[in-house]
Amino acid sequence: MVQRALRAVGSHGEWLAGLLLMAGWLALPSVGIAAEGTTAGPTEYRDIPYVGSRNLVWIVAQLHLLLAGFVLGVPMFAWLCEVIAWRGGEKRYDKLAKEFTKLLTSAYSTTALFGGILLFLLVAFYPKLMNYLTDVFFPSFLLYCLLFLLETATLYLYWYGWDAMQDGRKKTLHVFLGFLLNFFALFIMIIPNAWATFQSSPVVLADGTAFERAWAATWNPTWWPINIHRLIANVVLGGYICGAYAGVRYLSVKSPEEREHYDWMGYVGNFIGVFGLLALPFAGYWLMREIYQYNQQMGITLMGGFLSWLFILQAMLIGVLFLGSNYYFWLGITYRIPGSEGKYRRAMLMMLVSLLLCLAVWMTPHSLVASIEEAQKMGGAHHPLLGVLGVMSAKMTVSNLMILITFMSFVMYWRAGKQDTAGWAKLAKAVMGAVLVLASLAVIVLGVWGYFVPAIVRINYFSTSQVLIVIFVILTITPLTALLLKSAKTTTEMVWGGMPPRAGYSLVLNAIMVILLMTLMGYARSSSRVHWHVYGVMRDTSPYAYSPALGSASFIMAFCTFSFCLIVAFIFWVATMGDKYKTAPGQGKGELPHGIPAMAGGAPEERSQR
Amino acid sequence: MGALGKPIILMVAMYAFLKFGLPNIPGSAPLPSSLIFLYLLLTAGGIFMFETVSGESKDAFWNPIQRFLTGENIGGLQALRYGVFILFPLLVGWQTYGSTAVSDLPPTESRTIHPAPPGEYTGLSNPVPKTPDNIMQGKGFYAAYCSPCHGGNFDGKGPAARGFIPAPANFADPTTIAMLQESYLFWRIKKGGVGLPIEGAPWKSAMPRWEVELPDEWIWKIILGEYDGAHQSPRTWE
Repeated sequence: MVQRALRAVGSHGEWLAGLLLMAGWLALPSVGIAAEGTTAGPTEYRDIPYVGSRNLVWIVAQLHLLLAGFVLGVPMFAWLCEVIAWRGGEKRYDKLAKEFTKLLTSAYSTTALFGGILLFLLVAFYPKLMNYLTDVFFPSFLLYCLLFLLETATLYLYWYGWDAMQDGRKKTLHVFLGFLLNFFALFIMIIPNAWATFQSSPVVLADGTAFERAWAATWNPTWWPINIHRLIANVVLGGYICGAYAGVRYLSVKSPEEREHYDWMGYVGNFIGVFGLLALPFAGYWLMREIYQYNQQMGITLMGGFLSWLFILQAMLIGVLFLGSNYYFWLGITYRIPGSEGKYRRAMLMMLVSLLLCLAVWMTPHSLVASIEEAQKMGGAHHPLLGVLGVMSAKMTVSNLMILITFMSFVMYWRAGKQDTAGWAKLAKAVMGAVLVLASLAVIVLGVWGYFVPAIVRINYFSTSQVLIVIFVILTITPLTALLLKSAKTTTEMVWGGMPPRAGYSLVLNAIMVILLMTLMGYARSSSRVHWHVYGVMRDTSPYAYSPALGSASFIMAFCTFSFCLIVAFIFWVATMGDKYKTAPGQGKGELPHGIPAMAGGAPEERSQR
Repeated sequence: MGALGKPIILMVAMYAFLKFGLPNIPGSAPLPSSLIFLYLLLTAGGIFMFETVSGESKDAFWNPIQRFLTGENIGGLQALRYGVFILFPLLVGWQTYGSTAVSDLPPTESRTIHPAPPGEYTGLSNPVPKTPDNIMQGKGFYAAYCSPCHGGNFDGKGPAARGFIPAPANFADPTTIAMLQESYLFWRIKKGGVGLPIEGAPWKSAMPRWEVELPDEWIWKIILGEYDGAHQSPRTWE
């Protein structure tokens, strides 16, 4: 009988051996747990062999955060697209909103799954910390559960009711459901943000009711800066991932109609990503300022200490993101608006050179990586001439300039293929040109002046003035351009579906950059607590109470990015699995998004009516 | 090779500027190879982006490369192609060897210049009032204890400065003490190079541990004198 069983499994012997090894490996923690259970006192930590409890929690938490960012970011612009379709009557926006939401449904359950795994791991590996956090945040745990139920129910109704709620008052109800979805999602984001930010900047009440203690801990100094920063970052992540999805689909589809659709979707995804990206540095600056003000030690660890190198990597990733987004705009001008290349090539070159110069400044560290001979020649780690580029005054200046350039890149795309007919067009263009030039000069002058004033003047007045100037430019030029284009004549029809493959690849690259960026900053935020679970309140006494070297951390970041891309690819594959079995021979061209969004010059249908 | 000419010339010109031009600007110094590599990478990225922004420019840029690498009947370039095929792997191998072989030189380092101070030193405010007398006294102490290295002009060029690598800090540079709170300076003066934390490795600081010689009050006065003499203000939040 044994021989028969052995024969039966003979062909699968390697599999079985592998499974047994895996089971043995998974069982190893129980040895550790049992050993720890025999010691006096409650268990404070548990571990897992080879991977390590911290690494496992790190990976799962990062994946959960990335998925959550996508799940919370996408509903915002999906709902916005639905509202545009609902109010404006353009069905293609409704179709796009539905396609975004389709990606959302399968991503939502995966996010919840990773959230559950994370919770189990935290409870298992860090029982002491979780006991403490539960004690502080117990009331918000209950609220979070309730919100999760409401969010799930709303998402189900929103997605499954899409087709059934298309007309009349039902559509109004559906739009309201979309609003509720975002409303609940916002609170689902900011409640766990309170738990995470409490660990970095705790506010602990010794007395008071459970509610009072939870509320004080929630409203800690970095809670709102993180809320705003993550809210914008989620839009950026969602936009770029949807853009990457469109890029991949664009590269794989065959029919001209589908190429048009995914070309357009890629454009919208990139636009949303850029839209968020323009605001993200402001939010990041505010967050860092609050951290510095909360605790000088933590601020220095991040910006001047061992984590400061992360910000050079961050500059590189953001720089590539800016370059990739602009490149996609420029490809759009060249390939979607035939004949525009010659007209805008010089402007593109100037923008590219300006972006690269800004990026060179942003990426120049204050203390350079140098061999001993090189350091001897420089007289230290600072270069006597380029060292001045390594501080915040220079970084703030170039990041604001990059935002301005990217905005102008979009305006150029918007205006391409149009001819102004308004009598006041010349004046408007002169005003816009003057605003842009003066604003750029003002940003540079404030940046240089910032070296000669006390730090507090630079931080409180100069840096904020630079931000306000950029916002002023955006708020001035956008409506002026929109007004000009209202009466403009279309000289070249926009052609969708003709972008080269590298446009699709650049969308994918942008998505990877933003994922890497989030993993990098996730590490920075957690590591700034150094050897504390709760900064200054509960010390990390586990064997992992040390900061990993940047190389080791980069390995985990890359692994998280790769894993997230795999998970997203799987989700998208599942979400679109049924599409290939649907036949679409009867789809009329009128239903397809062969036009362009209004912000990029109006749809072809509109133009043909003029 | 027409469309390729400009990018090649641009790369060579950029390298020449970074390697030979920029270091010869008065007040400058040679750039470390890490920075030259970074700037060249940005230049190459920019060239790639600009040359591929349209179909025509992409073809003009890429076709000669493709033809050189894979085309037939390229005449005299055939020998150059073989040369590239032989030399390129050798170049990669040489670079790999150079970066991994055991060397007697110390490794390239990324030193953390401003490690975070211990918790007990954060948020301290200067207990010595900022009066002309105290500033003058602080400058006197500075002249006696600090100026041999940090210089009478607060520029890091004291008579003993040339003996140190890295050089003593230049307080007149707006990127040094102007970025820090007074409490940070107090910690660095009091504890010196030996008091740097682990994250400050490889602890390249010859700063003496002044707590063994100077009372705290003198150190606070020196800080007042330093900021005043260097025409800088400490970082504050008010």
